[in-house]
Amino acid sequence: MYEILKVEHLVDKDWLMVIKAPFVAAKCEPGQFMIAKLGELGERIPFTIADYDRKEETITIVFQVVGASTEKMSHLKAGDSFTDIVGPLGKPSDMIETPLEELKKESIIFIAGGVGAAPVYPQVKWLHEHGIEADVILGARNKELLIMEEDLRKVAANVYVCTDDGSYGDKGVVTDILKKLVEGGKKYTKCIAIGPVIMMKFACLTTKALNIPTIVSMNPIMIDGTGMCGACRLIVDGQVKFACVDGPEFDGHLVDFDLAMKRQRQYKDEEQRAMLELQEGATHSGGCEADH
Amino acid sequence: MDVLKRVPVREQDPKVRATNFEEVCLGYNDEEAKAEAERCLNCKNAQCVKGCPVSIHIPDFIQKVKDGDIKGAADVIGLSSALPAVCGRVCPQETQCEGKCIRGFKGEPISIGKLERYVADWAREHDYVAAKPGKPNGKRVAIVGSGPSGLTCAGDLAKLGYDVTIFEAFHQPGGVLIYGIPEFRLPKDRVVRPEIENVKKLGVKIDTNVIIGRSVTVDELLNEEGFDAVFIGSGAGLPRFMNIPGETANGVYSANEFLTRNNLMKAYREDSDTPIKVGKKVVVVGGGNVAMDAARTALRLGAEVHVVYRRSEEELPARREEVHHAKQEGIIFDLLQNPVEIYTDENDWVKGIKIQRMALGEPDASGRRRPEPIPGDVYDMECDMVIMSLGTSPNPLIKDTTKGLDTNKHGCIIAKEENGETTKQGVYAGGDAVTGAATVILAMGAGKAAAQGIDEYLRNK
Repeated sequence: MYEILKVEHLVDKDWLMVIKAPFVAAKCEPGQFMIAKLGELGERIPFTIADYDRKEETITIVFQVVGASTEKMSHLKAGDSFTDIVGPLGKPSDMIETPLEELKKESIIFIAGGVGAAPVYPQVKWLHEHGIEADVILGARNKELLIMEEDLRKVAANVYVCTDDGSYGDKGVVTDILKKLVEGGKKYTKCIAIGPVIMMKFACLTTKALNIPTIVSMNPIMIDGTGMCGACRLIVDGQVKFACVDGPEFDGHLVDFDLAMKRQRQYKDEEQRAMLELQEGATHSGGCEADH
Repeated sequence: MDVLKRVPVREQDPKVRATNFEEVCLGYNDEEAKAEAERCLNCKNAQCVKGCPVSIHIPDFIQKVKDGDIKGAADVIGLSSALPAVCGRVCPQETQCEGKCIRGFKGEPISIGKLERYVADWAREHDYVAAKPGKPNGKRVAIVGSGPSGLTCAGDLAKLGYDVTIFEAFHQPGGVLIYGIPEFRLPKDRVVRPEIENVKKLGVKIDTNVIIGRSVTVDELLNEEGFDAVFIGSGAGLPRFMNIPGETANGVYSANEFLTRNNLMKAYREDSDTPIKVGKKVVVVGGGNVAMDAARTALRLGAEVHVVYRRSEEELPARREEVHHAKQEGIIFDLLQNPVEIYTDENDWVKGIKIQRMALGEPDASGRRRPEPIPGDVYDMECDMVIMSLGTSPNPLIKDTTKGLDTNKHGCIIAKEENGETTKQGVYAGGDAVTGAATVILAMGAGKAAAQGIDEYLRNK
């Protein structure tokens, strides 16, 4: 069992959790993920690691309630436990392997959309701890949905905030901000964009036009997460790649985002049905199944 | 009674079992087992033993069954196999022990597999554990993966007195026995778990949720965690695809994914949180045991199922019994056919498949006649789900994180067949990680050979 030490409601459907997981905390690096499972018949759910404390043997995850399993998680309290946690999984970010003197020559911009701010944070923090200050564009639909701004400000050179409705920071989407920054004379040599697939797609279209190499972190549907089931396959540069062992980070200019979005919707009906069952009891099972 | 004929084994009626996940084969009772055992000629130069990858003393255990000494029979099997209830169910006996049986020249070979199963089931039902742990020798061995090769290697080493820990990446031990082979062929609670418990009774520890190469590396096991040797039995790896148009559509599964959702995650149960989609009409591509498992699982979930395979019936790599069972249950075999495209609807869901008919030409490198397309002979079939069961390619994780561990051009770990020795000192390997996807019993054979190799290495170290 893996004890939950802290549960914090961030905003709207976003939650933060600190979990005791010695094996994961000892080894994880920015960019990697882990899998958590709740109960004997629970799903295996992948989460990008948002922070870790090697001494305390803890990891932090930030998750959004998107289905029955994450809904159940949002009801957990400190002192409750996950049945299973395994990790770290996937490859660490490229930056971890890049020699520092090379990395120091780069001018790095992060683009974080919505809950994507969570996996961006450990990367910016890691760079900061290694003497490299990066810029961050932090976007959300509105002020209420913005997370991790304060954390990011502590470790980034500049944090540029934008909201779709202008309720906080600049009005506009992340790509507008990036274009403005570049037009204003900023020269970036590397971009890391993490957020909803649609955001990563448009971020990559923009960075391609601006000629900035871009890394994205993909979070497709997974089951085992260790390189066995093949559910997380993506097309990258025309080749089948598996997010769990080949990723989760890929060259954003080579990822087929449209396909990734379609594959992410595979279980939408089942997820909604499970959610209804959870919220209203089993009354909905059988009666209102979508016909496919 | 006709000695040329086997005592038939009772099975669930095909029409009934096509709708449930209960075990298909019901096994022999005492009288049936004794009658079948009586057919054994107890050959001096027993060919069946040579056909067994773990060299069970087959005539000896059958003699004990004849004598009514089932405990004695379990002792004989226990000398060679740690997982007899599993092997009695999933080994391809027709090409191994039973394929060599002298009885088979004139009549039907002895049902060695069914007798092994009978003995193993008896032992389990009577709480009898044949194997005993050895006297502790103070040496520690780490085993990577708790599938058939890892469990066998661990069991054999524990019997020799080694302190053995198995590291398993999943939340449950058993590897392919748990995530791959379905309940109706290999019951999990009734057969697999008790056999794993028996291995634990030998003192073997199993740590789940530890992924070697990420949580801990092989080098760390040897240099920091105090293990004297490591055995890698990490399994087959990632599913292969055909690279045909439409293959990334929604509704196209790998057999691994489809089976894992069902077997490991129990998606077929109402109370499981893991969802599964099942089409009304499912096409399974491939002809191996995994394809049969996927097809028969989809059938039980309510689909009409077609197995599309590019060669003919004779070349089907699956166990004959599985093909026979699949046909009885109503699986449709579309042989000498090969998919060339998957059609999708406006939401990118599978709606059909384009199939090329094939003919057999000259033998290819595998010795089997090569299937070649018949020009222009192509047709479309409607379907709403496709399951690709085309084999696997190795998981690169351990290779990439272990210094000095060489792999071949396919990415499989290089290991000596006779003792599992790899190119890295103190590291042994076996099973699908070495051979690519094969059978449970071959993996067990490799685990056994490696246990001997490790023992020899550590005794001389």
